[in-house]
Amino acid sequence: MAEDRIRVVLAKLGLDGHDRGIKVVARMLRDAGMEVIYLGLRQTADTIVAAAEQEDADVIGLSMHNAGHLTLAPAMLGALRAADLDIPLVVGGIVPDDDAAGLEEAGVAAVLGPGATAEEVVATIRRVVRGE
Amino acid sequence: MSIRGAPVEELIRRAIAGDRRSTGRLLSLVEAGGTEAERVTELTPSPTGGAHIVGITGPPGSGKSTLVARLIGVASGAAPRPAVLAVDPSSPLTGGAILGDRVRMTGVDSGAFIRSMATRGHIGGLALAIPGAVRVLEAAGFDPVMIETVGVGQVEVDITAAADTTVVVVTPGMGDAVQASKAGLLEVADVFVVNKADRPGATGTRRDLELMLELSHVTGHEDADYRPPILMTNSLDGQGVVEVCEAIIDHRTYLESSGKLAERRHRRARFEVANRLQGRFDRSLADLLDSDPVRILLDQVAAGTVSPAAAARRLAQHLVPSEARAAGPQFS
Ligand code: B12
Ligand SMILES: Nc1nc2c(ncn2[C@@H]2O[C@H](COP(=O)(O)OP(=O)(O)OP(=O)(O)O)[C@@H](O)[C@H]2O)c(=O)[nH]1
Ligand SMILES: [Mg+2]
Repeated sequence: MAEDRIRVVLAKLGLDGHDRGIKVVARMLRDAGMEVIYLGLRQTADTIVAAAEQEDADVIGLSMHNAGHLTLAPAMLGALRAADLDIPLVVGGIVPDDDAAGLEEAGVAAVLGPGATAEEVVATIRRVVRGE
Repeated sequence: MSIRGAPVEELIRRAIAGDRRSTGRLLSLVEAGGTEAERVTELTPSPTGGAHIVGITGPPGSGKSTLVARLIGVASGAAPRPAVLAVDPSSPLTGGAILGDRVRMTGVDSGAFIRSMATRGHIGGLALAIPGAVRVLEAAGFDPVMIETVGVGQVEVDITAAADTTVVVVTPGMGDAVQASKAGLLEVADVFVVNKADRPGATGTRRDLELMLELSHVTGHEDADYRPPILMTNSLDGQGVVEVCEAIIDHRTYLESSGKLAERRHRRARFEVANRLQGRFDRSLADLLDSDPVRILLDQVAAGTVSPAAAARRLAQHLVPSEARAAGPQFS
């Protein structure tokens, strides 16, 4: 029945206080039938890794708006690898196109920006969870 | 190595050895139901004496999660590590859920294990998988196991059947607290917490509760040798939380010394078995009602040629046989 219910951990790192986007995304995913473990603001790579383990997350979503993505997203990937967690990481928020390409090369599964529709967000999460 | 395909035995072995990911995975298997869930439950029998199972319940927004985070802070000084099962409602429309209890638990001791669970359509303030999840956490060595229910009103009191000690969290300005005492929630408390005691009206709420306890004393409703304490907390700064922790431990001591622990464990067993039976029954019933011959019968009821009572009478005899026939691994 609920065997395939996707569990998504959503978080923001550090002092970035832009939480409108992550709340919108949480609703989009819930309305698509997913279970969203909402961690909210002020998380660190370590708290996210711990939550992902305990919650058996299928995917981790980071929302980033403070121009820190080029250091924070790779650090998050590093923390996941260090913990031997093969959980895909998706990034959304304010990420310039050039940076997005770089992040995907570094191992971020997908990057979405302002204006992303519910369909896009949901389809991206589903695709990434399927490992595509 | 990938944890997804790992056999249940291996996951349990690793969980006992302290691997949190395996514990997390086992909890998902239990939640998903089916044969693997049954297997997990069979391989994680509740040890006698087991962990102290503490239910935290109360109206939406009363501060349950914030209090739980504080309790972890107090409990994690001791040897065994605490675990939390935090339940939030699933959307009845989509089945999805936003599980937000964890937001309030940021920054707690990293030795604690916190798992968010959606109700997945189950009513009563808990998720169906709670008893199985408790077993997994007990097997993995966590103690106490705290269960935060969804924000409940008055009737959803499953928690008392799942926990050894039930903490009911109320807040000032619950106005008609005495009114509420008529129905369920307040009667099930082993420990009362008036949280948000920093707000006006806290002593009034405390008085309401005291009055209510007096009344139940008079009507003989209450346990003669145990009286639930009423404690005031401010979970934002932690005031009063140590006292709550002590009251929880005192209650457990009382259960042990009075022999009531065995009674509660019996109630828990009954609850768990009843839940599983209910699941089986619901599936049998759904199968029966969806079958072709019954569709025709239902049309006759709709057309007024057969009465609903007569139809129900006729169908009742099918439920037990269909249950026996279908009792395959898909029922769990
Ligand atoms: C509203 C806003 C604020 C509000 C935030 C309110 C809140 N609680 O969220 C306030 C006024 C507080 C604010 C403050 C600041 N802001 Co501001 N803010 C904005 C603004 C105008 C809109 C952001 C927003 O809410 N959009 C609506 C949501 C729904 O869209 P979204 O977040 O993009 O999310 C969508 C997608 O990105 C995606 N998505 C987002 N997250 C995720 C996650 C996953 C997993 C997925 C799949 C998808 C996804 O899906 C969403 C739906 O489409 C943007 C400009 C802009 N046009 O984006 C600036 C902006 C983000 N802010 C900016 C700045 C600089 C600041 C301040 C530093 C300003 C200052 N000097 O004080 C402060 C910082 C505050 C802090 N502590 O972090 C800059 C950031 C620059 C950068 N990154 O390079 C921006 C881009 C403005 C600009 N052009 O300069 N801000
Ligand atoms: N003033 C005050 N606010 C508190 C106290 N405890 C919790 N809060 C606040 O009350 C709000 C709700 O707290 P939660 O811990 O999320 O409440 P909850 O009972 O878990 O809520 P649900 O799980 O949604 O039912 C938050 O904004 C808390 O910060 C307290 O002792 N005093
Ligand atoms: Mg809560």
